[in-house]
Amino acid sequence: MGKVVVVTSGKGGVGKTTSTAALGAAVARTGKKVALVDFDVGLRNLDLIMGAERRVVFDLVNVIQGTAKLSQALIRDKRLETLYLLPASQTRDKDALTEEGVAEVIARLRSVFDYVFCDSPAGIERGAQLAMRFADEAVIVTNPEVSSVRDSDRIIGLLDARTMKAEQGELIQKHVLVTRYDAARASRGEMLSIDDVLEILSTPLLGIIPESQDVLRASNLGAPVTLSEPVNTAAKAYLEAARRLEGEDLPVVVPFERKGFLERLLGRRAA
Amino acid sequence: MSILDLFKRRTSAPVARERLQLLLAYERQSRGQPDLVSILREEIMAVIAKHVQIDQDYLQVSMDRGATMSTLEIDIQIPNKSAVPLAMAG
Repeated sequence: MGKVVVVTSGKGGVGKTTSTAALGAAVARTGKKVALVDFDVGLRNLDLIMGAERRVVFDLVNVIQGTAKLSQALIRDKRLETLYLLPASQTRDKDALTEEGVAEVIARLRSVFDYVFCDSPAGIERGAQLAMRFADEAVIVTNPEVSSVRDSDRIIGLLDARTMKAEQGELIQKHVLVTRYDAARASRGEMLSIDDVLEILSTPLLGIIPESQDVLRASNLGAPVTLSEPVNTAAKAYLEAARRLEGEDLPVVVPFERKGFLERLLGRRAA
Repeated sequence: MSILDLFKRRTSAPVARERLQLLLAYERQSRGQPDLVSILREEIMAVIAKHVQIDQDYLQVSMDRGATMSTLEIDIQIPNKSAVPLAMAG
């Protein structure tokens, strides 16, 4: 039985889709069979980030409505044979998803794959709740910024109340993934620190992804950063986060950047 | 601006942390519960309406949450009796 992981955040634009692609590819690299499911019906983007946008024929809604078989809708990654994508529908709206339909698709994916990553839409409405509904674990993507942290707190509340596991009295495992972390700004006290975020959310840390141009470049090229440039810092951070997700006890090192005295003085003046 | 100000520029992250902690403490507590201010507003309105006829718009209930205590501000404008007697209105 595979594990179902929802990648969620509440707030939009914090890096859910990028993180789903990067974590999924990182796990698939180790030989595990991984399915990435896009739940953002109407605003799908995981296909684009994965570079599979021209190969989409059928989608999640087709499978749920029985107009396509699951095996027809799954797109196999061209780089990794253990990695698959189930795209969202671009033309339908989110009401096309039913809870029973999602339950069935997830159950079937779970029986075939080692990991099922559900890329949640932003918000706390139906689409986001269906994406988390059958999850065993949750990755809460958070930027070190007030509105993102507040929304993450709200999502944590929903995970503890509205998931199947929570309703059955079980514990849903939650991890915070801090993205777009700028070590220099945090050390100058201009950005919430990792300690601040963890203390406020009181949820364990999965990893810290530094703000990096490599992530944008990977998106431009349509390749998860962990596949296209596995040696750069953001990709390394994702690879380590994926190992922690698989249960490895790997300490998180907070990126640190200390500027020289003169540089700091000049930097402050410029700011 | 003295030269010292260059060295002790105030950082914003501690302010962000404090604001979040305060806000989330409140939001977690009130999660899944009906909005207190709107309940108060309705009940106060009902009590006043027993004796004086007032317009919904003339009742303002607002809450200012602080770290150790909160203030509830109720602002009711009651028209003078001569202007709108209850008997006439009914």
